[in-house]
Amino acid sequence: MVSGLKLGVTTYTTPSDTELLITRVFDAPRKIVFDAWTDPRHVPQWLLGPEGWTMPVCEVDLRAGGSWRYVWRKGDGTEMEMSGKYREVAPPERAIWTESWGAEWPETVNTLVLSDSGGRTAMALTIRYVSKEARDAALATGMKDGIEVSFERLDRMLS
Amino acid sequence: MEIDSLSTTFSALADPTRRAILARLTTGAATVKELSAPFAMSGPAVSKHLRVLERAGLIQRGREAQWRPCTLDAAPLKEVAEWAGEFRRFWDASYARLDGYLEHLKKQEQTHGKRT
Repeated sequence: MVSGLKLGVTTYTTPSDTELLITRVFDAPRKIVFDAWTDPRHVPQWLLGPEGWTMPVCEVDLRAGGSWRYVWRKGDGTEMEMSGKYREVAPPERAIWTESWGAEWPETVNTLVLSDSGGRTAMALTIRYVSKEARDAALATGMKDGIEVSFERLDRMLS
Repeated sequence: MEIDSLSTTFSALADPTRRAILARLTTGAATVKELSAPFAMSGPAVSKHLRVLERAGLIQRGREAQWRPCTLDAAPLKEVAEWAGEFRRFWDASYARLDGYLEHLKKQEQTHGKRT
């Protein structure tokens, strides 16, 4: 599974009708990668998306049944919130949690699996959506050639 | 209510032909014939896709002319587009930052390890 995987490359694939699989190899041992993903001291240092966002709120109760909540903020005051519950926590190789962007967005179930590859760590993050429609809509712009440009054009039209 | 309208938008978008039709319509109004041209698909098949898009409120069709030109009504897409367009950008940027941060954590651990 880990042979031939390159550093610095993220792959996005659709292993089933309702899932999205994100893989990437990190040049660090599993324990460090697991902590970076789950420790509230580390998460706000990197899980920030494009430039300009900070994460002023990062609450993590890292145990099965425990809740988590992230709040991002942009310079202009725009806020974005995501929350969920951990279903399984098995450091340094596995964590499963639910995730929602808010009441109007369907919840996803995310499974993070970290495999050791000679000191490097292969990450497999599976995001399971409630339906194929929900997944495809979530991916419509990023995953399909040409469509992203169209949506950017749309954004300009709408702004 | 909100969930229902989003679900309708989601279903309408969950088809590559319909997404291609919407992409075409961002450049301006078009007739069914014009919209059918890029696809190996009959006019009625394309019309079926257009009805789905119309029900989802994503397009409007002229009443007066026989060829009923289609225009894009992008409002229902705005919310979906903003969120979806950010998805990959968000993760790509975050993982790139994580690469650097892991280096920092490794060094920290090494320093810490030497001290103890």
